[in-house]
Amino acid sequence: MEIWSTIQKNKLRTFLTGFAVAWGIFMLIILLGTGNGLQNGVTQEFNDDATNSIWIRGGRTSLEYGGFKPGRRVKITLDDLHYLLRNYPQMGYYSARINVWGARVNYGNDFGDYSMRGVHPGHVVLEKTEMLQGRYINDFDVSNDRKVAVIGKLIANDLFKDEDPLGKYVIIRNVPFMVVGVSDDAGSEWEQRMVYIPITTALQVFNKSGNIDQIMFTTGTLPLQATIDLSERVKRDLAQRLQFSPSDPTALFINNANEEFARFMNIFNGIALFVWVMGIFTIIAGIVGVSNIMMIVVRERTQEIGVRKAIGAHPSSIVLQILQESIFITALSGYIGLVLGVGLLELVNKYLPENTNMFSNPTVDIRIAVYATIVLIVSGALAGFFPARKAAHVKPIEALRYQ
Amino acid sequence: MIALEGIEKSYNVGSNELRVLKGIDLNIERGELVSIMGSSGSGKSTLLNILGLLDFKDQGSYTLNGQIIDHPSEREAAHLRNAYIGFVFQSFNLISYKTAVENVALPLYYRGISRAKRNATAMEYLRKVGLDQWAHHLPNELSGGQKQRVAIARALIGNPEIILADEPTGALDSTTSLEVMNLLKEIHKQGKTVIIVTHENDIAGMTERIIRLVDGRVQHGGHV
Repeated sequence: MEIWSTIQKNKLRTFLTGFAVAWGIFMLIILLGTGNGLQNGVTQEFNDDATNSIWIRGGRTSLEYGGFKPGRRVKITLDDLHYLLRNYPQMGYYSARINVWGARVNYGNDFGDYSMRGVHPGHVVLEKTEMLQGRYINDFDVSNDRKVAVIGKLIANDLFKDEDPLGKYVIIRNVPFMVVGVSDDAGSEWEQRMVYIPITTALQVFNKSGNIDQIMFTTGTLPLQATIDLSERVKRDLAQRLQFSPSDPTALFINNANEEFARFMNIFNGIALFVWVMGIFTIIAGIVGVSNIMMIVVRERTQEIGVRKAIGAHPSSIVLQILQESIFITALSGYIGLVLGVGLLELVNKYLPENTNMFSNPTVDIRIAVYATIVLIVSGALAGFFPARKAAHVKPIEALRYQ
Repeated sequence: MIALEGIEKSYNVGSNELRVLKGIDLNIERGELVSIMGSSGSGKSTLLNILGLLDFKDQGSYTLNGQIIDHPSEREAAHLRNAYIGFVFQSFNLISYKTAVENVALPLYYRGISRAKRNATAMEYLRKVGLDQWAHHLPNELSGGQKQRVAIARALIGNPEIILADEPTGALDSTTSLEVMNLLKEIHKQGKTVIIVTHENDIAGMTERIIRLVDGRVQHGGHV
């Protein structure tokens, strides 16, 4: 190959040029990988709950309203949920929730104190609960106040050991419940030690007041702004129903996960953009380096280019030769940078401790590698373009005369 | 082989126009061995560049092997140079990082001939100039005379009709000059048209015809 002889002639120069490009790509890959790791980590945090959900929780009024003094507790009931379901057909999965603290669960001679929730079937989606065995609470359970329970996998380990818990009866606060499912949750061990029972059963057996703690529902594929409008309207409606001022900041807490998710996604898009911009600028520095070197190469080889033209080289073959060299140097050294960067990321990934919050799987996917390769070849061509044009314009007479 | 009529060429030097060739009429037949002589500034280099299709006339007509050469594109000019003309330069102009055989083979590279074939052909031509022992040496390992012989082999490899030699002995001592001239005469005997630009009388004296350029015109009555 023509290229080899010229590259071998100037090993150090070629190495230094290549180094600039390799370093640029290396940094780009590291930055992208770190950004991805951060994004994966935070996305995993979000995996705990559905990201398109709205959560409603009663608070305490802080403004007077309709003759009531501030400081009144706002109590929500199943009626409020049914009211919302009637008026808002855009609600997807829904659930009311009651938390029952300190539920002692007995099985045979073993027992443990766990947390318990009364829920609707939709809760499985809203909490992103995974079923390991059996089934979740269903509509039939809810409408018939059945005494069935879904237990977290750690409860199953604690009480049942190797036994199959499905169909067995556990005693919760002296009431027998049949185990119909075993669940898992990405959120925390606390949620893996959770007992789920039908909301109606919970109201009947453990909470005679009729108040529920939370209403939650998903918003399907509604766009962000529509979910924000929806939560505003829900707040106004409930303010009227439950008699508090719509501008009261503490009477009702509505948490729109859509908004939070969108905020995080915006941050990550910002980070991704930043990373690409930084990376591109680093590569540009590399390109300018290559371009400079190729400029010197062309100047040094003016005589050679003149000879080549005299013995029949077309201008296009001269351009091609310079471009080839430039692309070759950029692509090869960029590739080395790519491999080193990906290698380092894989290494970090391998030795990254499990359960590292906010950071996980810091790798770049094949698409990024393909983009980077395209960027490299284009930048190699760009780096070679001006020197090549200069070379093509070398006049053989002058090149051969004045040396 | 070559017919020039009323060739004029001027260059812009700053704001002035410098008329270098002021109407050259010249015929060189196929198989001639001619020399072009002239003092510096007489226009002999310009004439050589025009003959060699490295530069193009302003006025007049140039016919090469029956083809009228009228401002060809760079691509066409490159093609014509490769096909018709072999160059020999005063400073050899070998490519420093290529071996003798690679240098000789280069014109065939631009004809798209495979490496094996062009290297084999190059060896054959190196043998003709007596340098097959030196085929794998770099130019800086060769003497001046050897370099010029490599350059001549390179000029010959494309089997061109015309060899254009620009001061081929200018950088050589007299013994080596004689060797190179004998080689060029040998080539001429094999039927090539050889044109030598020189300012040395004894070199010109070894050619069949001397064309003297004075102030951009051909001085008549130059047969030796």
